[in-house]
Amino acid sequence: MKADVYLDYAAGAPLRPAALDAYARADVPGNPHALHRPARRARRALDEAREVIAAALGADPAEVVFTSGGTEADALAVQGLHAARQAPMPRPHLLVGATEHHAVLDNARLAVRRWGGTALEIPVDKSGLADVDFVADHLRRHGAETSLVSLMAANNETGALQPVAAVAALAREHGVPVHSDWAQAVGKLALDFKASGLAAASVSAHKLGGPVGIGALVLGRRLVVEPLAGGGGQERGLRSGTADARGAAAFAAALREAMAQDPSLLDALLGPLDRLIAARPELAAVSPPPGEGLPGLRCFTVAGASGEALVYLLDQAGLACSTGSACTAGVAQASHVLLAMGLGSAASSAVRVSVGHASTPDDVNALVAALPEAAQRARAAKAAGGVGDALAAGDTEGGR
Amino acid sequence: MRVLAALSGGVDSAVAAARAAEAGHDVTAVHMALMRNRAQTRQGARGCCSIEDASDARRSADILGLDFYVWDLSVEFEDLVVRDFLDTYAAGSTPNPCVRCNQFIKFRVLAERARALGFDAIATGHYARLTLEPPDSASPNLASPDSARPGAPHEVVLRRAIDRAKDQSYVLAAAGPQALARCVFPLGEAPSKQAVRAEAAKRGLPVSAKPDSYDICFVADGDTQGFLRARLGARPGLILDHTGAAVGRHAGAYGFTVGQRRGLALGRPAADGRPRYVTAIDTAANVVRVGPASALSVDGFGVRAPLWLAPGPEQAIRSAGEWRCQVQVRAHGAALPAVVRQLADAVPPDPAQPGLGVGVGLGGRSEVALEVALEAPLRGVAPGQSAVFYDGDRVLGHALIAPEA
Repeated sequence: MKADVYLDYAAGAPLRPAALDAYARADVPGNPHALHRPARRARRALDEAREVIAAALGADPAEVVFTSGGTEADALAVQGLHAARQAPMPRPHLLVGATEHHAVLDNARLAVRRWGGTALEIPVDKSGLADVDFVADHLRRHGAETSLVSLMAANNETGALQPVAAVAALAREHGVPVHSDWAQAVGKLALDFKASGLAAASVSAHKLGGPVGIGALVLGRRLVVEPLAGGGGQERGLRSGTADARGAAAFAAALREAMAQDPSLLDALLGPLDRLIAARPELAAVSPPPGEGLPGLRCFTVAGASGEALVYLLDQAGLACSTGSACTAGVAQASHVLLAMGLGSAASSAVRVSVGHASTPDDVNALVAALPEAAQRARAAKAAGGVGDALAAGDTEGGR
Repeated sequence: MRVLAALSGGVDSAVAAARAAEAGHDVTAVHMALMRNRAQTRQGARGCCSIEDASDARRSADILGLDFYVWDLSVEFEDLVVRDFLDTYAAGSTPNPCVRCNQFIKFRVLAERARALGFDAIATGHYARLTLEPPDSASPNLASPDSARPGAPHEVVLRRAIDRAKDQSYVLAAAGPQALARCVFPLGEAPSKQAVRAEAAKRGLPVSAKPDSYDICFVADGDTQGFLRARLGARPGLILDHTGAAVGRHAGAYGFTVGQRRGLALGRPAADGRPRYVTAIDTAANVVRVGPASALSVDGFGVRAPLWLAPGPEQAIRSAGEWRCQVQVRAHGAALPAVVRQLADAVPPDPAQPGLGVGVGLGGRSEVALEVALEAPLRGVAPGQSAVFYDGDRVLGHALIAPEA
């Protein structure tokens, strides 16, 4: 079987050899939290990794709290901050971007269910950008009753870059902490935690070629956060459980390598796809123009096709892309991100292509070669899906 | 052929996919997601709609080495199956959602999508046999000058499964001849369900011992009455006996089935102390009528939206005025000798809309196309259910049982 062309880095990047090597070589002979020499060696591996990650993100090592990944980091920030800020007085309003990842949206819902309050979505415009005026207006009226604001750096489906700095500056005036999901942004955008004015930021190793199962919440040292689970009190008492020193070493190795690469090369790789999207009338870009969004990611719609059928056809051609957001049972559903942007029924015709550290021009050329025919077939399949048209549309395909 | 195998997550469809691949077809597996808000784990005996079932299907595909996809048909399922289920009950008839799902979801929406994506056929785990045969070769009583001419194209013939106990031809007839011509039923020749389970175990399929599904998949807890009340709203009314006396109350005339005995909660026993059955449902008057078993027997019934799998029956009805066959009115019932006749005042069927007739709402007498006369009286013929016409083990047509005039 022909090797698959992997064009779904935003879902998860293949493990970098350097990360695998770091995982295998990490000197972790014992539990890093014990009191003997093997423990100290493991602890050293863990803390060296913490230092590398902190340096890469403009944070102090003490501000890096290892978690099982981006989702847990989001949960800890959103639920943990909302909970902690209900005292000494209740702060019921929790503000989240309408196009956040489910890891933020769902944890906002859980937070208000468990600790009281209301989760409010910050609306986005048709480019998917959060409405800063909405935030300003809300904070002016309810700043003292707002627990936190969560706004991602770069959207995982469209690559739109959110006005995080503007929101952080506004929130600072009201003393409201801001959390930002950096899962997609790390290694692609210039990020500096200290300069950002953020209270917290979530990162994930596997989006940049590290292992699945480790991530971190970068959390300002003065912030009080309610832990999600109790236990041995590791990681500032916020994330109990034996820390994964080996995974941390691999995460650090992947991040170090990612930071050394020029993200603009990823956009250059996608040039042929950008030209195809511009040239074909049935394709319409959803992502910001090249150079203005997250490097290496493109979302576009195929008029009259279902994204599900298109991804199936591309998969059969050995091209691994994605629709909006994949759900538990592998069902592609219309993305809340695209619906929030006002795409309506076109939301179910969206495809996401994302490249990364091992992508080559041949990968993108293979996609560009296969896409027009796949789009045409997917349009025919969509036409055949409706019951009323089923037989008629099928008949036009009778020659096959 | 390029074959799309529909995997429900159960044992039958998994073995069917394995057999299709072994027969040399290029098989891709697909699981249909039929509901938006699916339970995480299987509940009771509903065997295809939870996320656990999707996972079972994926594991089967893994073991068989097949590419696997989940296709979201939940919008179509709601529109074409669930809504019809509610409408049919609301009109006092009894829907058959499995027939409907086969007719519109599997063999229409899925099949046409598969076709547009380059598949030659779909394979399912139904127990029925499908063959291509010369016209009417096995049905001498259907031989007609048109169809028996030499060189006529072979036609698709649907027959009962070898294992009569598992036979599902009754729920397949409504798919119609064009759809059936693009189907593969690899289990039609299987000697028994036990043999299929044994084959699954031998192939290492983890679903080999998974329980069979019986209930309506979208009624989460098996409580059809509760589902109908939640979706249609309660509408309390009276239960009347054959003398017109009120003998009980109901929460909605919908949700009863002609022939039903249980769940009536009648206040006082019948004068003769014998069990009473639902004999008629009048949703306009919001009345359920009950009567003795003898009132359930019918000598015949009207049907509408007939769909024929071969030209023979229609030719016989047109030329001889009647067609002798056997008719089956329940999924697990016997096929009984019957004569099908054109009704004098029937509106001719619309050939552009084969089988598209919606279960109810349109069920007036003028819609009744044919009359089915039974050789011996039959009990519990429920409006809304399928009447499937057989000649021996061969399936020749499908129609919907019409409400009594």
